[in-house]
Amino acid sequence: MNHHAFKLTLPILFGYIPLGMAFGVLFTTQLDYPWWIAPLMGLVIYAGSGQILAVSLLAANAGLVEVAVAMFVLNARHLFYGLSLLGQFRGAGWRKAYLIFGLTDETYSLLTSRPRSANRELEQHVDFRITAMNQGYWIVGCTLGAVLGKTVAFNSTGIEFALVALFIVLTIEQLKALGDSFPVWAGAAAAALAMMLVPATHQLIAGIVLVTTVLLLHYRKYRTDTMAGEADRG
Amino acid sequence: MGESSYLAAFIAISALATFATRVVPFLFFEKHTDHPLVKHIGRFLPAAVMALLATVFLQRSADWQTQAPGADALIPALLVVAVHLWRRNALLSIATGTAAYMAIQQSGIL
Repeated sequence: MNHHAFKLTLPILFGYIPLGMAFGVLFTTQLDYPWWIAPLMGLVIYAGSGQILAVSLLAANAGLVEVAVAMFVLNARHLFYGLSLLGQFRGAGWRKAYLIFGLTDETYSLLTSRPRSANRELEQHVDFRITAMNQGYWIVGCTLGAVLGKTVAFNSTGIEFALVALFIVLTIEQLKALGDSFPVWAGAAAAALAMMLVPATHQLIAGIVLVTTVLLLHYRKYRTDTMAGEADRG
Repeated sequence: MGESSYLAAFIAISALATFATRVVPFLFFEKHTDHPLVKHIGRFLPAAVMALLATVFLQRSADWQTQAPGADALIPALLVVAVHLWRRNALLSIATGTAAYMAIQQSGIL
């Protein structure tokens, strides 16, 4: 089972080590703080784009209110993720707080895509292990980047594409599991629209607000259709 | 405020603001877990978010200023789709696509 969970997280390993390193290198080269602050941020903040933003906020000596607002807005897409895991995390006890804390884009992707048995407690243990492994990779990446700094020599250019490939694979898996391509097209269209209309830093949240609205409208139609179908059969 | 207390406050606030975004649905919708609307969103949102993330990050991985705009990322992406439809082995699909992307970026052939 451990082996199984590890295999699921491998793409995240290949994505998080280089991305964590990118953050670590940025941190050491831009700021004058001790190296261990970088993995500490990976441990307590644990947000890729959030931590990269934090480097520029720290460099600018930003006010704390500004920091709170910037971080919240940047990660606002996460406001929607928990909706898919309400039932799944229910009754997870002390693990639940950590499962919620560790809900990054990538962990959310794995947890909502992987096959599950009816044994919820067992599945929550697997979820917990996946979340912890992912954060482990991230912290290792942050540490390596911060310690090695500019001396990083190996040519890993492009390895972060592993995360793009992961999202593509999970889209296909979601499509097969749902048997309904509507949400996939809606998501891609919302992304395209957001990329055309808003600046890069707000594209994800704009896209997610847009697609959630579309799904709400879809719900009304879906419910009407289902009820009409039942009336026909009745 | 001293430099180290500023840093400590900075990290604490960043951690709280990030956690806040993740915990909100659990605070406000926990009681409505079985509401059909919440279930509907919960069921369809992952597919939509996956497609959205794939689209946005794919666009950002590509170079659109070349003779074949975006080909440096679109070719590896199509390879991921093809290999995945063929073998349905997530690691194989991801490894193949990533290797292709790295080869293209490092050789600069596109």
